[in-house]
Amino acid sequence: MSRPKLKSFCIQREWCKGCGICVVFCPTRVLELDAQDKAVAVRPEACIACGNCALRCPDLAIQMEIEDNHL
Amino acid sequence: MPSNEPDIVRFIQGNEACVEGALYAGVAFFAGYPITPSSEIMEHLARRLPRRGGKFIQMEDEIASMCAIIGASLTGHKVLTATSGPGFSLMQEALGYAVMAEIPCVIVNVQRGGPSTGLPTQIAQGDVNQVRWGTHGDHAIIALTASNHQDVFAMTVEAFNMAESYRTPVVLLFDEVVGHMRERMVLPRPGQIPLVERLRTSVPDGVDYHPYLPREDGRLPMSDFGGVHRYNVTGLYHDMWGFPSDNPKVVHGLIRHLVDKIENNVDAIARYKSYYLEDARTVLVSYGSTARSALHVVESQRRKGQKFGLLELQTLWPFPYDIVGEACGRAKQVLVVEMNMGHICAEVKKALSNPRNVFLINRLDGVFISPTDIRQALRLIDGRGV
Amino acid sequence: MTIRKYLRERFFPHMWCAGCGHGIVLNALVRAIESMGLSRNEIVMVSGIGCSSRITGYVDVHTLHTLHGRALAFATGVKLSKPELNVIVPMGDGDALAIGGNHFIHAARRNIAITAIVMNNRIYGMTGGQYSPLSGCEILAATAPYTTIDPSFDVVALSAAAGATFVARCTTYHVKEMIGILRQAILHEGFSVVEILSQCPTYFGRANKLGDAAEMLRGFKEGTVPIGAAAKQKHPELIERGIFVQKEQPEYCAEYEKIMQKAQGAAGETI
Repeated sequence: MSRPKLKSFCIQREWCKGCGICVVFCPTRVLELDAQDKAVAVRPEACIACGNCALRCPDLAIQMEIEDNHL
Repeated sequence: MPSNEPDIVRFIQGNEACVEGALYAGVAFFAGYPITPSSEIMEHLARRLPRRGGKFIQMEDEIASMCAIIGASLTGHKVLTATSGPGFSLMQEALGYAVMAEIPCVIVNVQRGGPSTGLPTQIAQGDVNQVRWGTHGDHAIIALTASNHQDVFAMTVEAFNMAESYRTPVVLLFDEVVGHMRERMVLPRPGQIPLVERLRTSVPDGVDYHPYLPREDGRLPMSDFGGVHRYNVTGLYHDMWGFPSDNPKVVHGLIRHLVDKIENNVDAIARYKSYYLEDARTVLVSYGSTARSALHVVESQRRKGQKFGLLELQTLWPFPYDIVGEACGRAKQVLVVEMNMGHICAEVKKALSNPRNVFLINRLDGVFISPTDIRQALRLIDGRGV
Repeated sequence: MTIRKYLRERFFPHMWCAGCGHGIVLNALVRAIESMGLSRNEIVMVSGIGCSSRITGYVDVHTLHTLHGRALAFATGVKLSKPELNVIVPMGDGDALAIGGNHFIHAARRNIAITAIVMNNRIYGMTGGQYSPLSGCEILAATAPYTTIDPSFDVVALSAAAGATFVARCTTYHVKEMIGILRQAILHEGFSVVEILSQCPTYFGRANKLGDAAEMLRGFKEGTVPIGAAAKQKHPELIERGIFVQKEQPEYCAEYEKIMQKAQGAAGETI
């Protein structure tokens, strides 16, 4: 069974309030808050497409598309 | 159209006459809570609504009842609840919600002695001002009443019609005597009394629908929950899509709309009956069951050659000041007969240029005011003692 | 993202504070609805008053924002008058269980097919952080400057005792569980109660020094266990999560249909 692959990832900055939940709970530490207190993916290559950031975002600011490679 | 079939005559309580009127008007949902002297209304509807595909539910209290009928009105139904003073007090917040959100619904208050638990099985008419101002904030309200069962039926139908025409709650303010007494009533035939149906929007799916944008004629087309238009309903001040707004222009516009749609239509909403007013020197003004005693006195005085007249009010709010002014303007004396401390008497005084010739004839002890009571008061007013 | 079609995007960013748990509930709720492919025109969402109840403004379905505590009473009128509608009722903890307590137990008693979501942040957020019947003892709040002495309701026990036929609890940390539970609650043909432990970092969190939103979520992770976990024996203060009640009982609207048939079959008038 292959690992889910990330197809696209987008953070809507106007909606993001910089609460930091996505940053804290990303298992591979992809995300950080930038100078404007907005979440950004600083290490996108480390993303394992678990989807937790998108599911946990209180602002619904994170959209991700995952390639369906499962058997 | 005259029919060859005999009239259907019923000998029923006023509460049941109200039920007949509601069914005639097309009521499809009732939620209520038992309270004397209105419980018969819900008992009859518990039996009759499901027979015709309508729904009945006894809720856990009067607050829930008022809320439930608002919910059912939004799915496109004509709705009713019924109560008395203590329950009516509980309903005030939700009544204000229906005013603010412009939800058609009819609320019956069969008045009893108050305040508080008061006199559960005895008459008073002390809720008149509460109907007008019971819920907080500036607002207008329509309140109708009747003195006999034929008019209880007719005013009930009117209440449903006005609720739809003006997209507002309408209160039927009856009293324990009319509610509980039995009287002959002729059941109007289908089609005999015109009905106003729910005005639904013709805006098609996919086109922007505004639940709170009045048409040229002032009416606001509705859209049922479950239909193609999704919008918001709230008790907050709101824009024409129903979403909350505290924009001063929006707020001012909405509150003026809510009040003006009723207060600018006083004449269209006014219902009343006149007896011998053309040349009356003494005019009695009354409403509800007390108007029966007032009419009795007027007719017996007329038989003695006294120029008495009666203005029986059936619309209490918005108060028809012009009609009262017109009816009483030439009278030497105006006597307001009611079973409270002068709720309508105060309004009548506002309507007349000489309020000093307006007198209150009342009774507060739970005993129905009789023609003798009225005649005794007349003697006192005339300075002739008891 | 197909969940976007269930959102009224023009009102975003929403009015909740940064890190508010109610946003996570909104996220899970629209995902649960979207995963079932429910039609927006068949859903009526009814809320009360409070931060929780603002959720209805953000969802593109029929929405009814009612009075404090009264959402279930309005919802009963909606559902009974048109049972084919899917009626979902998100409420706050004080909204549902303080002022709304009576309507809550009666809706449960009737087992009317409504999904009640108690967004429990243990505080009255919108009015500035007063304590609620779900705050529990020894909590600091705007109206408990010397800490609370009010024990909390057990929402699960209360719902079950009142007659709810689907009762579940989850938290805003356990988002995948939450989506699954909301799906089942909505599908359940009876009165469903989902209690969601949610964080108010601004009032509850700040007053009780629970850290920021992420720390409060960690608190939900560490302070709760699945139903029946062994850890609960050793640590009774742990709160259980999961589905506590899931049973089939006569549903109110279906029972009233039978009443209508009985009434129409009885001798007498046909109108």
